Amino acid sequence: MSGRLGGLINAILSRALAVYASLALMYLLLPIVTIAIFSFNDPVGRSNYAWAGFTFDNWLTLFRDPTLVKAVGTSLRIALVSTLIATTIGTLMAMALVRYRFRFRKAIDLFVFLPLATPEIVLGASLLTLFVTLQIPLGEVTLILAHVMFNVSYVVVTMKARLSGFDMRLEEAAADLGATPWQTFWRVTFPLILPGIGASAILAFGLSLDDFVITRFNAGQVQTFPVYVYLKVQKGIPPQVNAFATLFFMATVTLVALGALLQRRRATLKQ
Amino acid sequence: MADVDVRLVNVTKKFGDQTAVDGITLDVSDGEFFTLLGPSGCGKTTTLRMIGGFEQPTSGLIELKGEDVTFLPAHQRDVNTVFQSYALFPHLTIFENVAFGLRRSGIKGGEVTRRVGEALELVQLVGFEQRYPAQLSGGQAQRVALARALVNRPAVLLLDEPLGALDLKLRKQMGIELKRIQREVGITFIYVTHDQEEAMTMSDRIAVMNKGRYEQLAGPETLYERPATRFVAGFVGASNLLEGRIGSEGDQWTVTLPSGSTIRAPKSLGDIGATGAIGVRPEKLSLLEPGQESKGNALEGVVVDTSYLGVITQYVVEGAGGLRLLVSEQNVDRTTRNDTWRPGERVTLTWRPEHGFVVGDAVGA
Repeated sequence: MSGRLGGLINAILSRALAVYASLALMYLLLPIVTIAIFSFNDPVGRSNYAWAGFTFDNWLTLFRDPTLVKAVGTSLRIALVSTLIATTIGTLMAMALVRYRFRFRKAIDLFVFLPLATPEIVLGASLLTLFVTLQIPLGEVTLILAHVMFNVSYVVVTMKARLSGFDMRLEEAAADLGATPWQTFWRVTFPLILPGIGASAILAFGLSLDDFVITRFNAGQVQTFPVYVYLKVQKGIPPQVNAFATLFFMATVTLVALGALLQRRRATLKQ
Repeated sequence: MADVDVRLVNVTKKFGDQTAVDGITLDVSDGEFFTLLGPSGCGKTTTLRMIGGFEQPTSGLIELKGEDVTFLPAHQRDVNTVFQSYALFPHLTIFENVAFGLRRSGIKGGEVTRRVGEALELVQLVGFEQRYPAQLSGGQAQRVALARALVNRPAVLLLDEPLGALDLKLRKQMGIELKRIQREVGITFIYVTHDQEEAMTMSDRIAVMNKGRYEQLAGPETLYERPATRFVAGFVGASNLLEGRIGSEGDQWTVTLPSGSTIRAPKSLGDIGATGAIGVRPEKLSLLEPGQESKGNALEGVVVDTSYLGVITQYVVEGAGGLRLLVSEQNVDRTTRNDTWRPGERVTLTWRPEHGFVVGDAVGA
């Protein structure tokens, strides 16, 4: 009897877990799904907040507003460049922090963490002060500098976690087999930490593409995608913005899925 | 006759104020199977890593085939290492793992294929070329690690507890395999282990290490029959050590035990001081009925424990003054009776003087 009762309780509990998990997922996905749905809206007037009818128009006229297209281009360019720089610097910093004991290592560890903990608005404002003081004209260069600054922190934190599990004996084995430090890095270390580098880069790219607060302070006349959206709030955000946002989301999902697929294929190959 | 392959002169390694290796001097001959044996923390692995080029000595000199390599980086040394954890490259196939060293030295194409094939044949892993390390069992991974090192035909092969991660049966099997391979390729092996049985089966010579130094460097038989220090006597095989005052009588040492009995052992060492211990291996002891004629050295005692272990029966005998001795007797042709001795029985322990050894307090202390 108690066995049957226990089975019943287990069945209910596992059902409850499924419901709970679905709710949690919905909570995460609902805003994104809303954005995607409204990219197919045929809004009445300028504001795209009320559902008025289904249309493909927004996708077909994706490139109609040259200001929007330019903003998207700027955002992608800044994201790409700052990701490349931040991932390279961040990976090397993480390697140094994980592997070597040197003066001020603990301090650097802390400083790297600071941009993550500092409110963005403070970072943005103080960067602006810095650039103005140094008389560096605001524009894409200052934006890239700013994005590299906060992205480096994310990359270092991610890569440190990945690297601390790295088996140093593998590098010793490579050296033992006659590989120079350079060969050891490119043939052993790099391929093994590549998944971590990829994950860091995707994170950095997303953060850069998405950043508004720091960007708003240091952009000068340059308009990035988030800045464009912000400026349009008053007049009504065109539905093409939803289409672009959906595109970005799909691109990220595709990238992450591709990475996961690649890793899984490798894993099954090795099992 | 044999050339010196590896020479260590007064090599010391300190980590901070900890001395890991304390002034080691030794020569390893060409083609020798040389073992560094000792408990963890004795400095054996650090010594090996200095020969491999992964650590640099704080002071001292390391020579490979007569060439000073003390500060030469690992990738420029003509030695290869089999790591304890194997350290196979997880992202490369078995073929590419084994070919790694060949490719680094500029060997190409068919020559690579041929030599990798030979190496895999040597370790009996032909057909595994396209697998990845994660698809191998521990024993197979171990053999790939061996092939990956041997394929480069190094002057010296370093092995850092290569069998440590294997289960007992596989360990014994691989031990025999290792010895076969070493004979086949004729390369000098320097082997690090804490397992004395492993060391005894494979080695030509063994350096028994303790606290950054070696206490004795000798062949397996000498280590077992004539251990030079208490540490060696206790680490290599089991020993009964009887403490006492040392005296000299002709070509024999005499050791007077606290109970007053005097035991004899052959002189095999120089000055050993006034106090020390006489040692005798459990299988050298025989049990007799009290009063039976002894073999030279004799002690009275009572059996306190009997364990039948198949090949042997093991006894614990308690002598005068609470002295406990371990005795092992083969379960065949017992000298005095056919039954095993039972706890509580009075016995005479006896052994021939030449089967004992003396460890003085003045040496190796």
